[in-house]
Amino acid sequence: MSQGSVYFDAVPLLLVALLLALAGCGGSFPQSTLAPKSDFSAAIDSLFTSIFWWAVVVFVIVEGLLLFAIVRYRARAGGREPKPTHGHTALEIGWTLAPALILVFIAVPTMRTIFATAGHAPEGALRVEVVGHQWWWEYRYPALGITAVNELHLPVGTPVQLDMTSADVIHSFWVPGLGGKRDLTQGRTNRIAFRPDSTGEFWGQCAEFCGASHANMRLRVFVQADTAFDAWVAQQRIAPSPAPRGSPAEHGRQVFARSACIACHTIAGVSRGTIAPDLTHVGGRTTIAGGLFPNTAESLRRWITNAPSLKPGAQMPPQVLSDADLTAVVAYLQSLR
Amino acid sequence: MKSWLTTTDHKRIGLLYFWTAFGFFLLGGLEALVIRAQLAKPEGIGVSAEFYNQMFTMHGTTMVFLALMPLSAAFFNFIIPLQIGARDVAFPRLNAFSYWVFLLGGLFINASFLAGPLFGADRLSVAPDGGWFGYANLTSKQFSPGPNIDFWLLGLQILGIASLAAGFNFIVTILNMRAPGMKMLRLPAFSWMTLVTQFLVITAFPVITVALVLLMFDRFFGTHFFIPAGGGDPILWQHLFWLFGHPEVYILILPAMGIVSEVLPTFSRKPLFGYTVVVYSGVLIGFMGWGVWSHHMFAAGLGPIADSVFSATTMLIAVPTGVKIFNWIATLWGGQLRFPTAMLFALGFVSMFIIGGLSGVSHGSPPADLQQTDTYYVVAHIHYVLFGGTMLGLFAGMYYWWPKMTGRQLSETLGKWHFWLTFVGMNLAFFPMHFSGLLGMPRRIYTYGAELGVTGFNVVSTIGAFLIGAATLVFFVNLLRTRRHGAPAGNDPWGGATLEWAIPSPPPVYNFTVIPQVASRLPLWRTERQAPMAPLPLTPPAPIHVPGGSWWPMFTAFGLPVMAIGALSHQVWLVLVGVAVVITGIYRWAYEPFEV
Repeated sequence: MSQGSVYFDAVPLLLVALLLALAGCGGSFPQSTLAPKSDFSAAIDSLFTSIFWWAVVVFVIVEGLLLFAIVRYRARAGGREPKPTHGHTALEIGWTLAPALILVFIAVPTMRTIFATAGHAPEGALRVEVVGHQWWWEYRYPALGITAVNELHLPVGTPVQLDMTSADVIHSFWVPGLGGKRDLTQGRTNRIAFRPDSTGEFWGQCAEFCGASHANMRLRVFVQADTAFDAWVAQQRIAPSPAPRGSPAEHGRQVFARSACIACHTIAGVSRGTIAPDLTHVGGRTTIAGGLFPNTAESLRRWITNAPSLKPGAQMPPQVLSDADLTAVVAYLQSLR
Repeated sequence: MKSWLTTTDHKRIGLLYFWTAFGFFLLGGLEALVIRAQLAKPEGIGVSAEFYNQMFTMHGTTMVFLALMPLSAAFFNFIIPLQIGARDVAFPRLNAFSYWVFLLGGLFINASFLAGPLFGADRLSVAPDGGWFGYANLTSKQFSPGPNIDFWLLGLQILGIASLAAGFNFIVTILNMRAPGMKMLRLPAFSWMTLVTQFLVITAFPVITVALVLLMFDRFFGTHFFIPAGGGDPILWQHLFWLFGHPEVYILILPAMGIVSEVLPTFSRKPLFGYTVVVYSGVLIGFMGWGVWSHHMFAAGLGPIADSVFSATTMLIAVPTGVKIFNWIATLWGGQLRFPTAMLFALGFVSMFIIGGLSGVSHGSPPADLQQTDTYYVVAHIHYVLFGGTMLGLFAGMYYWWPKMTGRQLSETLGKWHFWLTFVGMNLAFFPMHFSGLLGMPRRIYTYGAELGVTGFNVVSTIGAFLIGAATLVFFVNLLRTRRHGAPAGNDPWGGATLEWAIPSPPPVYNFTVIPQVASRLPLWRTERQAPMAPLPLTPPAPIHVPGGSWWPMFTAFGLPVMAIGALSHQVWLVLVGVAVVITGIYRWAYEPFEV
């Protein structure tokens, strides 16, 4: 059996190699923590990298010693009775101090990073209030007077501070490319601050178990160049222009306005519900239902017809609409850019 | 049959604990396989969100409270009195009571799977679904209106009583019932770690009991301890839960560390290196385990000062843990190593626990943890610690002590299959989780999109999980087969140093024909100063009193689930019936004649 034991620690090492190979051909990872694109996530990444290499060193030394002992001291025929050593004071002191010393090298940069990433943005930062709901995200930009849902737009290179709370249970806002997560708790405000350093689309999702559709509480962040961001803000500030008379979208508006939709949803100038996401600019989003589905006519149809079957626990009841009405409502929602 | 129901013999109670906990271990494993099957594919294989949430909640709850803790308890019961040279535990009937309460609590919480129709719901729909950590305010009546959370909070309260009763019992046993000459620093390492564990049990369980009672008040009587809209604070729950929860981690790992500290010396033919340091490290870990709870809450926003302090205490706890590992390696150093299955599992423990410990350091750093917490990276960590650590340690204990417990040895051939399947399976299952977590996969999600890019890792994890399942079946076959085909164990199949190897396997009801006089830490080995202990007489020279059986522990225990069912169904009269049963049971128990 002794030669079998030689393979003990080779197993995890082989696994690492195998998995890295697997990861290499896996394509892109839109939610990776290992591709930092902000000062916050970069600080975490460099800290984690240093901890990782310390861990590798300790792993190799300790598992190496273990493996060596297993191979070297396996019982041999005619082996002598081992010397009954009971301990060794100098050794004990040594292997108490060595890990303590390594931990100092981890603890000092840790403390520095804790205070550097404590969530205080500099003067002039863009402030966004994030509210978690079962199971979607609401973003209010108090200085700009706009509200967005699920898809957060940010200007590149500008410091951002997110003031986060929850309307119901605890959620956790997590966009790995832009930084670490923080919990959203009703009755408290938690902050994170960061400065996105490149444009692009970033994926995130709720990280704190929050009920049936926890897995379906996803989000996107669009970090945009200043001009694109300003154009988006400008569009959010004005209500979409009304659809021409007699168009399907105009018919859809009428159906919407006389249906149960208005009890929960806001569309500027049409309804004032506050329980559910604001739909004033829903046509301009890339996804619906908390980042679950692409914002297409087909997804909208399925969603309106039976939301809880697509997103367990969703509070929007199935809507009974004639095919014509449904098509019209979908056209109307798509027109709200 | 009657003799098993009324038994107060620590050895029989140990076996009852073992088989009951092993049954729950299989159930918890089955729940894990449902989880892994669902995650093998993006968008899943059709497990509903609601059922998935029950699965991971019950997997965690079952493994922690119904499998790992009571499997350790099986060894406390069977082995501790033998190791310290006693005829039984200090309170044999209380010991029986602990077992029955554990069994009934476990059945109560699992009955939720079938109880749906009683609440106008489907089967498999009202099991606990708030996570094993049960975070407020998701567990409030508003967001969890069904009986799911009630099953959980009442079941855990019942189980807490079993743990507390056993905790006091074993503290008194270890402190007071040691054989003459067995000073505290001659106590075997496993007994020492058990003692530390029991102190953690009796101090940590009251904390979660308080939390559960407050939650019960919120749900049953409309109080607002954890409800922010009513002025309460859901973060308070997190503090209370983790103030219990972190010591609980050490409650789970210290017994396994104790087992490994017995197995490594036996199969190295060397005493445990640095015995006193290993013991004091265990005690220190027990103390330090109380000062680290907020490292579970780095994302909760406690502020940079709190995060720094808890980060520092968390990193410090790595020092005594590292010291233990170095002492285990030094125990091997210069030995004559033999590799029966027990030794393979013990070495597996050491090698895997190192990995769990190192990933633990990485989320002991709060900024790094902000990326890692609530992801599969942490799932990898806890499974390296609790499966690679605790479970491999417990398997080592099973192969090591099974001959003592039953008189027959487990098959080494099946044992090796069991070990290697488990070892390869667990690394396939849990190692890829480091990657899926770092690449952005949160935990507790019943579905994920293919675009996340983590499908490959999840497939490997699922294959590994099913390998572990196959390995466990091999072990189960080994256990059953041994009943008839196992080689007789004799007193001491391994050449052990501690007192349990001085007596027959299985031990007679009185354990020792005469209570041994202990003169060294390794009574059965020749040391520099001591010759091995003289063999004990084969028959007792004088009659030995052993406690008789009693119905009252089981009777009393039955009152608790009756109270819980009353609370669950809001029938006050039923609660009162349960109270009456408990009081009657305790009264009759107290006045039961000492000799039966």
